[in-house]
Amino acid sequence: MTRFIIRRVLFGVIVLWLVATTVFLLFFAGPADNVARRLAGPRAPMEVIEQIKDTLGLNRSMWEQYASFLGNLLHGDLGISFISQTPVTTLIMQSLPGTLWLVAGAAVLWMAAGITGGVISAVRPRSVLDRTTTVLVLAGISLPTFVLGMLMVYLALSVFPWTGLQPGPYISPLLDLKGFLQVMIMPWVCLAVVQAAVYVRLTRGSMLDTLGEDYIRTARAKGAPERRVTYRHGLRAALTPVVTQFGVDIGTLLGGVVVTESVFGLQGLGQLMIRSVRYGDLPVIIGAAILASAFIVVANIVVDVAYSFLDPRVRLA
Amino acid sequence: MTPLLNVSDVRKYFPIRKGVFLRREVGRVHAVDGVSLQVRAGETLGIVGESGCGKSTLARCVTGLYPVTSGSIEFDGAPIGGKGFRRDVQMIFQDPYGSLNPRRRVGSIIADPLVIHRIGNAAERRRRVQELMELVGLNPEHFNRFPAEFSGGQRQRIGIARALASRPRLVVCDEPVSALDVSIQAQVINLLKDLQAELGLTYVFIAHDLSVVRYVSDRVAVMYLGRIVEIAPGEDLYKTPRHPYTNALLSAASVADPDLSARRERIVLTGDVPSPITPPSGCRFHPRCPKAQARCVREDPLLLPGGDHSAACHFPVVPGERLGAEHAGIPQESTEPGLGRTEPDRGGE
Amino acid sequence: MSLTDASAEAEHVPEEAPAVRGKGPWRLAWERLARDRAAMVSLGVIAVIVLLALLAPVFAAITGHDPQAQFPETGLTPEGLPVGPGSDFWLGADSLGRDLFIRILYGARISLLVGLLSTLLATVFGIVAGMVAGFYGGWVDGVLARVLDVVLSFPYLLVAIVLVAALGASVPLMIFVIAFFSFAAMARVVRGQTIAYKEREFIEAARSMGAGKVRTMFVDVVPNLIAPVTVLATLLIPTSIVFEATLSFLGLGVDPRTASWGAILADSVDFYRVAPGLLVFPALMLLLTTLSFNLLGDGIRDALDPRSDRLLPGK
Repeated sequence: MTRFIIRRVLFGVIVLWLVATTVFLLFFAGPADNVARRLAGPRAPMEVIEQIKDTLGLNRSMWEQYASFLGNLLHGDLGISFISQTPVTTLIMQSLPGTLWLVAGAAVLWMAAGITGGVISAVRPRSVLDRTTTVLVLAGISLPTFVLGMLMVYLALSVFPWTGLQPGPYISPLLDLKGFLQVMIMPWVCLAVVQAAVYVRLTRGSMLDTLGEDYIRTARAKGAPERRVTYRHGLRAALTPVVTQFGVDIGTLLGGVVVTESVFGLQGLGQLMIRSVRYGDLPVIIGAAILASAFIVVANIVVDVAYSFLDPRVRLA
Repeated sequence: MTPLLNVSDVRKYFPIRKGVFLRREVGRVHAVDGVSLQVRAGETLGIVGESGCGKSTLARCVTGLYPVTSGSIEFDGAPIGGKGFRRDVQMIFQDPYGSLNPRRRVGSIIADPLVIHRIGNAAERRRRVQELMELVGLNPEHFNRFPAEFSGGQRQRIGIARALASRPRLVVCDEPVSALDVSIQAQVINLLKDLQAELGLTYVFIAHDLSVVRYVSDRVAVMYLGRIVEIAPGEDLYKTPRHPYTNALLSAASVADPDLSARRERIVLTGDVPSPITPPSGCRFHPRCPKAQARCVREDPLLLPGGDHSAACHFPVVPGERLGAEHAGIPQESTEPGLGRTEPDRGGE
Repeated sequence: MSLTDASAEAEHVPEEAPAVRGKGPWRLAWERLARDRAAMVSLGVIAVIVLLALLAPVFAAITGHDPQAQFPETGLTPEGLPVGPGSDFWLGADSLGRDLFIRILYGARISLLVGLLSTLLATVFGIVAGMVAGFYGGWVDGVLARVLDVVLSFPYLLVAIVLVAALGASVPLMIFVIAFFSFAAMARVVRGQTIAYKEREFIEAARSMGAGKVRTMFVDVVPNLIAPVTVLATLLIPTSIVFEATLSFLGLGVDPRTASWGAILADSVDFYRVAPGLLVFPALMLLLTTLSFNLLGDGIRDALDPRSDRLLPGK
């Protein structure tokens, strides 16, 4: 088991190193002038170019630059934003709470909705409820997140203004709970809907498989109440693949965060990245991208290790 | 006269690997472990044994599907795999569902060997396919159908037609009827026998069912844990089996065969077939053998070449000897020298 | 002679039909698909959308509205707001006085181009990579499988953001990013299928007859891959279209002036409260397109493998 974890962590480190190297090559490979021009933008005056070359040490050899790039990453030094002249780490820390709240709320919603929907569909297959959920699922899968978000904003502002729901920057729940909810509810739902659709499908399939197993029939045959059979015996086994998928989907989630934050103007990590691309603020993009990659890699390791506790066969693979 | 097929001391081990990058070898499955045999032109050699004894692996070595670990196989005096080998040696597979590509029409499947070996042009191939279908008792008009439209027995006929397309000299049949209903088995076996007579084919016929092998074979080899333990002309083997394992197999088969059951009692083997990864020392059958002695643990009995009927056993069964249930099996632990029965049990007539 | 005995076997021989040519699996699948009403309607809708996209220049000529042309006099009200649907602007004008209908049609061209092209690229490369890895195995396969796992664990948006920041937004880059992620999904499926088929006896049979590896791959493996690949490709098209729209919406895709559904929707952000059509019409087109492809893909899955779990149960 320990060896499995060590192997998994080692692999994660290799992946992160490859990500960092790719990013380095994308942004810093090539003649110093070109790199500085790319970083500063096409309209920057010559002095700025020179200054950038100086501060970033672009005149050094590629290997030296690469070494200091990796060294800085290891120290947690992500550089300084061109636009706001603040350290990237500060900018990221500022945007982090909004993103974390968004992810946490949406995850709770989508797991709850997805599993409930899937179980309802599976317990009464081909019923009206089952068909309704399936149609909703298909609509959810076909609907891009940003379109859904725009529709929600339109409805909230033009049709249901009395709800007080509105797009806007993140407000801390400690300062203003009502404001927090008014800002967060729509992004939560928006981010959760598409994923919930996938999870309904997944839970339904897994649940139908499980309910067809012999031991479920045995439980029924021995006279266990139907509710108990469904929930105690069925759901528990059916949830394993669902939980695994949840871990796999953490990457997808980060993509969804970018879109959702943009649509609702929630000032989180995703919006920070989009804004930085628009203004060409490369240190922020690089920092955020590497941070996000690290998050994904760690999450994948955690899921793999957790899953190998549940299902020992995985370790052999 | 040189035999058509000469297998000498063939071994086939499958490595068991572990690890993602280094793939170090942690063990080996001794699937075929030193098999020698000859097949003469025009005869049928039956090979029987329980599942896992290595008979299918042997078949795949003979047809060149698996490279052998050591030993040599010669076909018509030349090492296998040479020019024309894949035309001259064909295989009929066990599973009539798995061995035909479900997405292709049967005409195209049967024509495969012709296309691969560039025999004839399109029109000739088509004529040959229809001829073959007729030969194996299929409606030649059905060449445009898909395998799914045929029954199991008919599919096996398709497999036979494909095997015969390139006019092979040796056909290796790997349990050709074991996946079929009993009522269909006889028809397919009769077909194979008729085809042999008509086309002068040589068969290596593999089965786990003794009665099937007995019906088709001129000679029969019995395999256990990767070795041949006894080889003899069919009738000899059935009348006077020498190896205790053959006796046990025959006694198991006799339940369904009144011919045999009349004069044989049931021998129940104790214990499981040992793992082919770590086969037992000496005679491989000794942990389960009712007649095992200390010598069986130490010394590997040889299957002596020459002679029609040979068995690899230190203490062959003599005709009329009783190996009844009350005698069967030394305890599993008693594989240590001296712990086994010291006196050979020569139960009187 | 017993050959005749054998042919008079008791097992079931299919009734002698006048048409000897058997119905192939494809033919049967098509017949099943043709009976699937939802799939057929979707196919019709897709055909109409493709037709509209192809005829976009014709409509531009009829209305006299170029997709980029601004009509401040006719397209905007005296207050400077976009006009609603009417005889001149069929679906109304956008905030710059451009014809929304014409722009949506031109947007369909971009969406379909990106959706189909990236899926085609992904399918071709995915089949080749997945099949070679699955068929030959060994360390190449091990490396590929690991790479695919890693690629699929990263969100395409993150990768797109980094690439756009480094290389600048363009249609080819967008197609490349989308195709790359679709490729990973396709290669993974093809690899799994190939490995499953490699163990089948008919592959061994081909080998025993002396068929080469390349021939075996194309003659025996490929026909068995067509079903899962078709299903996945049909489902990758709407995903790619959504990718494109999302990237364009965020300003990471096509040039923002280009008429693309994502860009049209992004343009509408400040105006759809006064002109809901700016949001509703392109959103509806996008939804209609993706929904149709999803329904069709589901129908194809059902037709090719009647046992599989269906998204829409019943008819």
